[in-house]
Amino acid sequence: MVAADSRASMGGYISSQSVKKIIEINPYMLGTMAGGAADCQFWHRNLGIKCRLHALANKRRISVSGASKLLANMLYSYRGMGLSVGTMIAGWDETGPGLYYVDNEGGRLKGDRFSVGSGSPYAYGVLDSGYKYDMSVEETSELARRSIYHATFRDGASGGVASVYHVGPEGWTKLSGDDVEELHYHYYPVAPAIAEQVMEEATAE
Amino acid sequence: MECVFGLVGNGFAIVAADTSAVHSILLHKNNEDKIMVLDSHKLVAASGEPGDRVQFTEYVQKNVSLYKFRNGIPLTTAAAANFTRGELATALRKNPYSVNILMAGYDNESGASLYYIDYIATLHKVDKGAFGYGSYFSLSTMDRHYRSDMSVEEAIELVDKCILEIRSRLVVAPPNFVIKIVDKDGARDYAWRQSVKDVTTAAV
Repeated sequence: MVAADSRASMGGYISSQSVKKIIEINPYMLGTMAGGAADCQFWHRNLGIKCRLHALANKRRISVSGASKLLANMLYSYRGMGLSVGTMIAGWDETGPGLYYVDNEGGRLKGDRFSVGSGSPYAYGVLDSGYKYDMSVEETSELARRSIYHATFRDGASGGVASVYHVGPEGWTKLSGDDVEELHYHYYPVAPAIAEQVMEEATAE
Repeated sequence: MECVFGLVGNGFAIVAADTSAVHSILLHKNNEDKIMVLDSHKLVAASGEPGDRVQFTEYVQKNVSLYKFRNGIPLTTAAAANFTRGELATALRKNPYSVNILMAGYDNESGASLYYIDYIATLHKVDKGAFGYGSYFSLSTMDRHYRSDMSVEEAIELVDKCILEIRSRLVVAPPNFVIKIVDKDGARDYAWRQSVKDVTTAAV
């Protein structure tokens, strides 16, 4: 399950609330964007090209491990030159689901759950406390949505729309895209205060 | 901070490393294996920047394999350590690797050995060595209790003493450690010492 917000900021200015931060590398692999938007978009597209070339040369799909290693090696060769990429490669291959964290320093980690970006500590808080390995798809998508919402609540550089994608054996599908402002009132509805209720009754008479 | 330490015993060498993958204040992963099996009878415990650590140790591993394929016999531990130091030295003035390495190995002729290789290409053959903030605690503990003819059980007791000291005194102490051993039967996992278990138990 992969989820992301959609806010882009330049210092204190919100430049966009509708950035696609989940990048579709190919029909069975997704990448997430954190750090520099241009770097992430370019290098993910480049990775997509390399994956396609691999499939054509070897007559079978590249594994998630292989794809993430390709990206990590590419980023490692540019280390120290100012690239800013914090990404997760999520996909499905012969060994089942795969999730890798790759960053601009050339680090690559295999894991079961990661959170990346300025709001990541907030998201980790919700994600870790609600996570179990054997959750259902509905529970997991709700946990993912909730993690993004809580990160956007506390972090100024996160906001916009919380998108949730599911990655399965047949590939990825987009499950939902909810505006986080609306999610806030959905999770924390505003009950009318006593004074307002009394006022309504008074004016009704 | 990353803690790596190791010692040589009677016909074996043991290395221990923490298993935390850290990014500023975030702990991304607490079961990251930082001790690479270089070949059948060599271990490389590495600490340093995440990209450099994996890329450099894999580079050394592939070159050690290449030597074996080309020449039909594996490198000795001393030769592998000197090769590693040479690569670090060559890169140092242009594009240095920020990796500190403890290389442990067993050769039939010379027995078990441990090599201390730091990021500026220092090379020492040692009986015990350590890197990182944890070294402040583990080095003195090892100096106090180490003997050159320790058995595996005694050495593991000493390693556990060091891990306990690091856990109790280091402010950003890593919760989990991995211990690997190399002796005449080869290089292999010995144990994991985990005080924080992740929800899924498999280590990757």
